[in-house]
Amino acid sequence: MLHEPSLSLPGFAPALPVCDGTMHLILFVLFAGLCLAGAINLLLQSHPINSALSLIVVMTSLAVLYLLLGAEFLAAAQVIVYAGAIMVLFTFVVMLLNAGREERTLGSRVARAVGFPAVVTILGVLATVILRAQGLGSASLHDGITSTEELSAVLFTKLLLPFEVTSVLILIAILGAVALARHGDGERMDGK
Amino acid sequence: MTPASHLLQQEIPLTWYLLLSAALFSLGVIGFLIKRNLITVFMSIELMLNAVNLSFVTFAHQWHMVKGQIFVFFVMMVAAAEAAVGLAIIIAVFRARTTLAVDRIDLMKL
Repeated sequence: MLHEPSLSLPGFAPALPVCDGTMHLILFVLFAGLCLAGAINLLLQSHPINSALSLIVVMTSLAVLYLLLGAEFLAAAQVIVYAGAIMVLFTFVVMLLNAGREERTLGSRVARAVGFPAVVTILGVLATVILRAQGLGSASLHDGITSTEELSAVLFTKLLLPFEVTSVLILIAILGAVALARHGDGERMDGK
Repeated sequence: MTPASHLLQQEIPLTWYLLLSAALFSLGVIGFLIKRNLITVFMSIELMLNAVNLSFVTFAHQWHMVKGQIFVFFVMMVAAAEAAVGLAIIIAVFRARTTLAVDRIDLMKL
């Protein structure tokens, strides 16, 4: 059963060593734990910059989980777009606005009365549905990965129009961001 | 295949991924409710988007559909646009109110 150790990436080689099942388990437990720890840390930290750094941990761990599920392009995009671009924007704004420690208040009465029971209900319903779902498969490192070629073949043929519309959306977002961020300057100029 | 090697060949049920996704989503909702800073509330929304993306990828793996992964790509693009506009709005709000505490930002009018 033991193969010769191959020269390619461990765990993703076609001729896998016998320990790949446990490899997958270890990687899943490690990065799922990091995900949850980061998300809980995001809630516990009172300084926004610490929350932002925790969110980067969550997003990078999610990229590894995507890779375990065979989504190589999305893992790269997750690191570049989320952990890279979006979180840099977040940390930049946190530092720009010099946001201090948040003051803990009790929050609104509606949040306490409706929000928290709703969260518990959502989690309960989701967990029940997922646990009772039949026919869900399992993931292993044998499954092979969806290559970027396969993904782009669909993206640039069948889904070309949505892709192009997305570029328009991004353009509008850039214009909107510039217009909103410049708004204060414009008013002050008018006032003077 | 010997029983020992069969034990080592175990696979991760996709249920675990979905449960992780549900837990992350709930943590995002809790963060949205308890955080008092506008930027951190926005981060909680990003966390919820990420949790949903994970379940998209899991189901794409389950049904061997590439379109599920492409949907995640679109969600990422929308999240990028949303982050750009949202943070610009936060900057505009901070200029008008000089605070980021959500308790004091209770009027739609700047």
